[in-house]
Amino acid sequence: MHTMYFTERPYRYVPNDEVIKNGFFGIENKHFDSVKGAQLLNEYLDEKVLVEDLGFDGVMLNEHHDTAFCMGSVMNVEASILARITKCVKIVLLGNPIPIVGNPLRLAEELGIIDMISGGRLVSGWVRGGGSEQFASNANPAFNRELFNEAHEVIIQAWTKPGPFRYEGKHFHYRFIDPWCLPLQKPHPPIWIPGLLSPETVEWCAQHRYPYVALATFLEPTVELWNFYRDAAAKEGYQVGPENFGYLQKVYVAETDEKAREIAKQDMFGGAGIGYSLFGRPQFMFPPGYNSKAATARIARQFSDPDSSEGSPWASLGNPGGNSAAKTNGQTHEESARESVSSAQVDHRSAVWQDREKSVDVAAVRKQVFDAFPQVEHSMQVICGTPDTVIKKLRVVLECLRPGIFAFWQNDGPISKEDRLNNIRLIAKEVLPAVRQIGKELNLTSPFEVAPGSRPLPASGKPESVGSIEPLLRFREREGERVGAAAR
Amino acid sequence: MAEEPRQWRTDVVRVAGCDLTVLKGGVGKPVLILHDELGFPGWLKWNAALAERRTLIIPMHPGYGVTTAPEWIRNVRDLAGLYSILLRQQKLAPIDVLGFSLGGWIAAEMAAANPDQFERMVLVAPAGIKPSEGEITDFFQLMAPDQLRATVLDPQATPEFGQLFGGIGPQAFSLMEEARAQTARLAWQPFMHNPSLGNLLELVDSLPTLLIWGKQDGIVPVVSADDYKRAIRNAQLVVFDSCGHRPEVEMLDRFVHETRNFLG
Repeated sequence: MHTMYFTERPYRYVPNDEVIKNGFFGIENKHFDSVKGAQLLNEYLDEKVLVEDLGFDGVMLNEHHDTAFCMGSVMNVEASILARITKCVKIVLLGNPIPIVGNPLRLAEELGIIDMISGGRLVSGWVRGGGSEQFASNANPAFNRELFNEAHEVIIQAWTKPGPFRYEGKHFHYRFIDPWCLPLQKPHPPIWIPGLLSPETVEWCAQHRYPYVALATFLEPTVELWNFYRDAAAKEGYQVGPENFGYLQKVYVAETDEKAREIAKQDMFGGAGIGYSLFGRPQFMFPPGYNSKAATARIARQFSDPDSSEGSPWASLGNPGGNSAAKTNGQTHEESARESVSSAQVDHRSAVWQDREKSVDVAAVRKQVFDAFPQVEHSMQVICGTPDTVIKKLRVVLECLRPGIFAFWQNDGPISKEDRLNNIRLIAKEVLPAVRQIGKELNLTSPFEVAPGSRPLPASGKPESVGSIEPLLRFREREGERVGAAAR
Repeated sequence: MAEEPRQWRTDVVRVAGCDLTVLKGGVGKPVLILHDELGFPGWLKWNAALAERRTLIIPMHPGYGVTTAPEWIRNVRDLAGLYSILLRQQKLAPIDVLGFSLGGWIAAEMAAANPDQFERMVLVAPAGIKPSEGEITDFFQLMAPDQLRATVLDPQATPEFGQLFGGIGPQAFSLMEEARAQTARLAWQPFMHNPSLGNLLELVDSLPTLLIWGKQDGIVPVVSADDYKRAIRNAQLVVFDSCGHRPEVEMLDRFVHETRNFLG
């Protein structure tokens, strides 16, 4: 199993009230102090060196723009520095938002240089970019998927096709492609794709044999999308294995369950998975043409019918990587989202956005957000507690999803430096060895151990599943019995 | 109350690889109507009024919910080219044209390319020229229902507001979203204007042109009326006070009066 450390690198000093009133995208940048920002950026780079020393296999970076929750607006700059100041961790970029970059050839060169300086430690990844990212970079949202596909094509060609050659596509035009700074890894660095269960992206990954890394998604739909990947892979003639899948999980560890929970609650005001979903303004999350027709129809019902009984779209959309218009055979992402997000909160935002209510009751929203925490914990969106508590739950996640790539998402929101470092150290010392052991026990092969897409299909031609929701159901049953017994 | 019989029908016309749906209604000399960037909002009172004396020919812009957009249409000038081909093919030119907002921009592009295809041109708060002061409202930063609200000065005081797109509901929302996506494809950047249009309109020196603008237009600022007047020599301008971006709905009687007067 490949283990990684991830944090959004938040600007920790943004007032919560501003987040509640404005959403994470659209807060005036007068709230940003470059002196504090400079300190934080260096602190976050130092953290990466620390996690390398503490034994993580990789450091994962991401990119967002114009927002306090993630300062990594030009991720490749951080990656370039890490390429030089770290020695052995993989530098995993999940991912470069290729539709908004504007010049994929230059991106191919930047990544080539990062790979060379790091000695071949780069893992590349691509995302569509969230809705707000389209505004921040003035990238046409209606061409988002076309731009994604074409930028990917340009980068792969630049890395692998002997130059000079000419490229004339619909959106990108190059009369002379002949980059000299090519990646050290041949034919090119590994490519992993992060996302939020968009079936289109999952299918595309299966076709390209790229591992798919689900970003802290709900477990039930994630298992379903694993099966969707499995079937798409079978069409390509291969059997999926753990090396085809990755998962990002929020984890907060402290000396007591109570302390860990108090720290984790701050994440409600920072993490892209929760805070951003609750506080993204819909006009920035759903720019024109960005979503599929089915997703748009669903949003249409929710925004135009105040009495709609459907789940709120923004409860589950708007994570880094964009679209999660996943409707699989069973439970939708939205249905699952309702489990963990207070419906009162959603109703409140819905009222504001539907213009039925002009002002935001900041205190009420804050209370609702914190009141939702138990559900967030219940759904495993956040796992927190002592190492023992956390390991038990992580086992459930690993048994359900069987990922070959596992990222610990930590330290979002206004969590202090001391608590951040304590969390990192406890996880590295107490949790990481146990997780590695579980990985071995479950035979969770990473893409570095087994090449994704290299397993033959069973003789029957019928592909086998990688994940299952059963372990979660059994865990809940046991917990229910335990709570029941305690009550008696 | 019994429902009034439908006053229009639709045809599908094959133009330049596009199966274009064209709505037709009314009697008399034809007039080409080009709808705005939110799509065709429905057959409204102004349509019925003008249709008493004129045949309204209303193409559903490709990609705006009814007509499927062919891949080759990449900008507003392409759309103008499509309609020039339509006019030639259907032997409709020279024809009177009435364009609203995006539709006004399309008409202006058509006139700039070949003014002879029109007899008289009415542009209602057309986009297409970058305002010399202020900005065209970035409606891509609004949700569709908010964009619709921003098109009128006061939704409450606009009797037909609730009838636009059949009233705000899931279907209208989806239609408007489709229109917004296509508008993004055509005019995300530069936003809702073509930097060369003002210069190319120099060709339009003898086409009788009427500009109608709401003084309180919340989408294309009324200052653009002066920019258009500078670009199209001899254009007449009528500004409606206490009116937003939809004079045809907000000031129905005056709009019909001015338009009939001008088109004859």
